[in-house]
Amino acid sequence: MSVTMIEPGQTMPAIEHHYLNAEKGIKSWLTTVDHKRIGIMYLISVVLFFAVGGLLAVFVRLELLTPGRTIMDAAMYNRVFSAHGIVMVFLFIIPSIPASLGNFLLPIMIGAKDVAFPRLNLASFYIYWAGGILGIIGMLSGAVDTGWTFYAPYSTTTTTVVWMTLAVFVAGFSSILTGLNFVVTIHKMRAPGMTWTRLPLFLWGIYATAIIQVLATPVIGITMLLLMMEKLIGIGIFDPKLGGDPVLYQHFFWFYSHPAVYIMILPAMGVISELMATFSRQKIFGYKAIALSSMAIALVSFLVWGHHMFVAGQSEVAAIIFSAITYLVGVPTGIKVISWVGTMYKGSISLRAPMIYAQMFLFLFTIGGLTGIMLGSLNVDVHLHDTYYVVAHFHYVMMGGTVIAFLGGLHYWWPKMTGKMYNESLAKWAAGLIFIGFNVTFFTQFILGSQGMPRRYYDYVPEYASLHAFSTYGSWILGLGLLVAFICFIHSLIKGEQVGADPWGGTTLEWLTTSPPDAHNFKRVPLVTRNPYDYDAAYDDLLGDGMGDGASRTPVVSPSRS
Amino acid sequence: MSTTATAIDTGHHDHDHDHPEYLQHHFVSADQQFDSAKMGIWLFLVTEVLLFSGIFVAYAVFRNWYPESFHETFSTLNIVYGFVNTCVLLTSSYTMVMAINSIQNNQVDKMVNYLFTTVALGAVFMLVKTVEYKEKYDGGIFFWLWEPHGHHYEHLANVAYASIFMKLYFVATGIHGLHVLIGMLLLLWVAWKGKEGRWSSDYYNYVEVSGLYWHLVDIIWIFLFPLLYLTS
Repeated sequence: MSVTMIEPGQTMPAIEHHYLNAEKGIKSWLTTVDHKRIGIMYLISVVLFFAVGGLLAVFVRLELLTPGRTIMDAAMYNRVFSAHGIVMVFLFIIPSIPASLGNFLLPIMIGAKDVAFPRLNLASFYIYWAGGILGIIGMLSGAVDTGWTFYAPYSTTTTTVVWMTLAVFVAGFSSILTGLNFVVTIHKMRAPGMTWTRLPLFLWGIYATAIIQVLATPVIGITMLLLMMEKLIGIGIFDPKLGGDPVLYQHFFWFYSHPAVYIMILPAMGVISELMATFSRQKIFGYKAIALSSMAIALVSFLVWGHHMFVAGQSEVAAIIFSAITYLVGVPTGIKVISWVGTMYKGSISLRAPMIYAQMFLFLFTIGGLTGIMLGSLNVDVHLHDTYYVVAHFHYVMMGGTVIAFLGGLHYWWPKMTGKMYNESLAKWAAGLIFIGFNVTFFTQFILGSQGMPRRYYDYVPEYASLHAFSTYGSWILGLGLLVAFICFIHSLIKGEQVGADPWGGTTLEWLTTSPPDAHNFKRVPLVTRNPYDYDAAYDDLLGDGMGDGASRTPVVSPSRS
Repeated sequence: MSTTATAIDTGHHDHDHDHPEYLQHHFVSADQQFDSAKMGIWLFLVTEVLLFSGIFVAYAVFRNWYPESFHETFSTLNIVYGFVNTCVLLTSSYTMVMAINSIQNNQVDKMVNYLFTTVALGAVFMLVKTVEYKEKYDGGIFFWLWEPHGHHYEHLANVAYASIFMKLYFVATGIHGLHVLIGMLLLLWVAWKGKEGRWSSDYYNYVEVSGLYWHLVDIIWIFLFPLLYLTS
């Protein structure tokens, strides 16, 4: 059996049969149960909602360019920032990585043909869209101006909140079913030899996420349902006028919405682990520590919700306990960051676009994480609560963390999903613009917040004007960067070079199958004989066609080191 | 590093001949398919328990805050209805178990009969519930209605926060009732497919899974009944 190595620069032969051309026509997509196609449909959908949410953000920043009215009145402003939050949280960031990359990669990475429940998977996609459409109806029919948190009693006294909460309720169903599907798939569908300690770290992230999705999302479901009932039939459990307690609503809401923060970040951390290993060409440092820290974060995530309510009137004892447990989140998070840095140490680092995003993540997420610790301490929080400092903090974690990791993962797996390589310099330009734009936009907001600028305000005193303007300029650079990244992907679809099975020299199972993969993922069920990041063993193992049984090999591009 | 072990060849596009018809293409074995289905439904049941937990938490909080109103309000509930319904649902769980037992022994007709009995018991439950709701409606109390009148309910108008408890009662039993209805439809479908000969002792995943769902509906009532009817 001869090993065909194809040198960089040589063109790869295109793959004849793959999941994209297995069936033709729009109907074959809309009725597909192939996890890869569902992943692609999710990808398109979340990018669409990201564009909507992003556009709303640009309007928010534009309004804040100058004090007083700039482009819209206060009522409109309230609706726009609420819609931005709701779209970004429930329709973009929660499904983003798990539903698109997770759906595409999970079965391939464990050597399975599909997720455990393919039809349920398609159903979740349609339920997600049902939620999306209800949300759009909610936005158009008078719009919600409560912010994405729907705090009672304000939400129970405004009129249109019912559509929006119904949208969240329905979208939550989709999230639950996806999570359930993933948990069962990881438990029951692994290929022979794929033990738990051989799971790629991306999947540990997805697994921890899925557990939270299953255990936390039903609570937002009942919360939204009770809020709707409060509005429609006036139960009186949240409205103080009827004897209810608005703080109870906040407990209900954050019992889900804090763990949801980890639904957003854990898959991102999983992506970063993959990028660090592949582009350092080094066995990941502290595999078990990273894997178990994901589970630890998932566990602790259920115990910290009260830190959103330090000034909402909960007891001091409760506040102190929540603050202390909040600090605990820093431990597994720190373990991850140190392990990633340890992986790069003495590695053969290749600074391709995905790795550049990984470095950005490390930088931005660390800032986001550390400012989170600051907000977790009671005395500091009392000062910074509901200021732009909080806004900057969660944008560093959510956008600087999750969105950046999503972009990195998308560049990394793009060749696998489409069979085409993207344009490296275009991708790097985009990354640079995003990095600069992001920091100009949001670092400024740390300063604004520490000076006392409250969040969600329509107007501000002239002293804040220059910083607000600076932040708005940043949002334009950021928007431009994202646009360039989008163009880069479209460009790749049209002009991209065909890639081989393993353009990065990655060692996880998805790199063994063709790019794009076969409709059934693998020609045969792979036999796993090594750990996911055994670069030394992988070379021997990849002899043959990489299926673990030594049969003839598919061509692989030799790993390039730039 | 061993590279010589044999990979399992599952056949690519063409269906393997010794694969039974009910085995979906992405599973290696019927056992794997059954285990996955079972784990899936158990996880789903966990989410259901968590969904109801929100109602139970609200119940606990308000009972703790306004114990007198709680007693006054829930002592108007009719224990007889609650008790009858508890018996009905418990019996239906038994017939559900017998349906699964029958199909495990490949007795399809018996299974279908037990399933229809289970659905019928579900219908009895819903009927009793409707009578109970109707009484309250006539007394001016319903989901969106709060004008208590008539001999049995009029004193509630003067009980502070009584409406919170009554409406919690409606939300809790309403969501539960919805689950009963969904369960009945599910079991009807399973019974229908059973008549067509879809299930056998080799393959009864859907019977098992809907059975577990039905037990959950039962068990939630087992908690609702004492909390609403017996503790006041």
